[in-house]
Amino acid sequence: MQCVVTGGNVKVLAKAIHSLSRIGEELYVEPQKDGVSCCATVRNTITSSCHLALRSVNSSRSAYACFLFAPLFFSRYSIPNGKDFRCKIAIKSVQSVFRSVATLEKTVEKCHIELDEENDRLTFTLHCKHGLLKTHNLSYQDSESLQAMFDKDACTTNFRVNPRVLVDTVAHFPPSLEEVTVTVSDERMWVRNYVEDETERSKAMLTELCLASDEFDHFVVKAHNSFTFCLKELRGLLVFAESNNLPVSMYFKEPGCPVVLSVTDSVMEGNFVLATLSDGSSPPKNKSKGAHTQQSLPPDDFMNDDMDSYLIAMDTSVASSAAEPPASTLTDPCTSKLPEANHKTRTHSEEEEEEEVADGPDRPPNKKFRSLFFGSVLPPSPQMSTQPVTTQEVLASDSEDES
Amino acid sequence: MPLSTQCQDDDKKYVLVASLDNARNLSNILKAITFKDHAIFTATSNGLQVTVEYCKTLQASAFIQTEIFQEFTIKEDLVAFQINLTVLLDCLNIFGGSPVAGTSTALQMCYKGYGYPLTLYLEEGGVVTVCKIKTQEPEELIDFDFCSTNVINQVILQSESLKEAFSELDMTSEVLTITMSPSRPYFRLSTFGNSGNAHYDYSKDSDMMEMFRCTKTQTNRYKMSLLKPSTKALALSCKVSVRTDNRGFLSLQYLIRNDDGQHSYVDFFCCPDEEGEEE
Repeated sequence: MQCVVTGGNVKVLAKAIHSLSRIGEELYVEPQKDGVSCCATVRNTITSSCHLALRSVNSSRSAYACFLFAPLFFSRYSIPNGKDFRCKIAIKSVQSVFRSVATLEKTVEKCHIELDEENDRLTFTLHCKHGLLKTHNLSYQDSESLQAMFDKDACTTNFRVNPRVLVDTVAHFPPSLEEVTVTVSDERMWVRNYVEDETERSKAMLTELCLASDEFDHFVVKAHNSFTFCLKELRGLLVFAESNNLPVSMYFKEPGCPVVLSVTDSVMEGNFVLATLSDGSSPPKNKSKGAHTQQSLPPDDFMNDDMDSYLIAMDTSVASSAAEPPASTLTDPCTSKLPEANHKTRTHSEEEEEEEVADGPDRPPNKKFRSLFFGSVLPPSPQMSTQPVTTQEVLASDSEDES
Repeated sequence: MPLSTQCQDDDKKYVLVASLDNARNLSNILKAITFKDHAIFTATSNGLQVTVEYCKTLQASAFIQTEIFQEFTIKEDLVAFQINLTVLLDCLNIFGGSPVAGTSTALQMCYKGYGYPLTLYLEEGGVVTVCKIKTQEPEELIDFDFCSTNVINQVILQSESLKEAFSELDMTSEVLTITMSPSRPYFRLSTFGNSGNAHYDYSKDSDMMEMFRCTKTQTNRYKMSLLKPSTKALALSCKVSVRTDNRGFLSLQYLIRNDDGQHSYVDFFCCPDEEGEEE
């Protein structure tokens, strides 16, 4: 694989990597090939499907980000023929290549990315001014494909806004604020900080902002809704959007479904998928959808609320099984818990987190990953697609016992 | 100058009297070598040399020539003592570290000789502070025996580009290797860290390269922890000369320009890392 990035695009690439670093600790690099293995649910403006995907996901699978770069983004772009290539690299190592973004613009003339398969290395070479050449040989690990399942078209709420508006909005919230609740009606959007307990509400400082629909370039709300998500992860995208002066689009369906934030231009697209709480305003309630009626979870250091809704549907198939098109599963991703789990044949991923739950369905897997990974825990069977509900109920009841 | 009156009466007793209108001309340079508490002051008619040593493998010296001082009187050929550098710097900055525009701290250093403390008179805005710092027997300095006849490779670079490289160096790497060669890669700094290795190559044709004199390809390893202290000096400097000799010893010489446009030098000598010396 060989890519050459020149001029201002080096800074764009660097900023994308820094944005991804705010999501997870590893950078997943995957040059996409024609057709099938592309994430077909991402409706984007890039007509060619041979783009370079840079992705990251957080450890609890509640935030995912993906940047897709079209071949035109690069001054030269060639990908390996034959087998699919994908790898993951510690994101801090890649960040160290592009450490100082401010000086990048002034000093870097081009950036050369080359794959050294013999040594399992990805080489980043920065050709800088004054005859300085910086070469970084970063070791990578083979990884599974990482794609989040989401369908922007099925969303009932979507809007597009100048990033400055969002940056100004979030500036009112302290950097330490974890979650924020967004409520939408026909004409307005409210943004306020999320406070978990009723008792805390009286002690905490509550901040609420209201934005009128005319502040947005595009504002469509088909259903009045409230959704709560993690603000910290959003900030990474906002920094990127503002520096590249790209409008931010937001897509949302209902609480519990992830909110998707996108930025696009002619040669690049970035998607941030953030999980939302099942009900934006209060502690766990009955969830009528899906088979999960998980309610009171034992408190842990994660969310007290229904954690399942806070996990993003992920496809983490290993290379060999990546060929199956996911498109058919996604008419409505939120009705059944994890549709892709029912349709795909899974083999154990190499992720450490999944190994934790690989003991099989006998014991309820680690809470944080339960609903996400039961798909990979179960052996592939033709009955999977017809009996997901049963399986889910088994897990749910174990958890209920624990509480 | 108000301070000249302080020492007049004891004039005959002092073996060394040095005055500066701006104490920063001394304190800034000393900051570049403050990685150990104790330093050895050596004064000759040429000026002042302050040396710090670390583990017998690293030696850093700051040279402040006589011309930099407004007054420099020395009664013996050589005056030497050991002193706590941290305390000295604290005293030099006694009126506050951050300089206010238009004001400067005037300094007069007086030393009576063996066994006597170093007396500092510092004045700013009419306020005078007197500091007396104990001196000790100077330890013997290692002679790295680095002479120009044994120098195999030398480059002189503008500090700006080297500053960038040093600020980005992978600190998870235990060693820094320096390759100097008459052919590609000419001048290369390499690190071997947790995530992989990194190389910074400076071409001999680069406009940052002021002088390039490499006769033989050499790659030498140095402990990163030894070179790290040199980054302070690098930050203050405008040019740096890098030399390696036939034993792989490294000499880094930094040219520092002070507020008044005068030059001072800071030298670092470093032993190569024993384990895997390659040629």
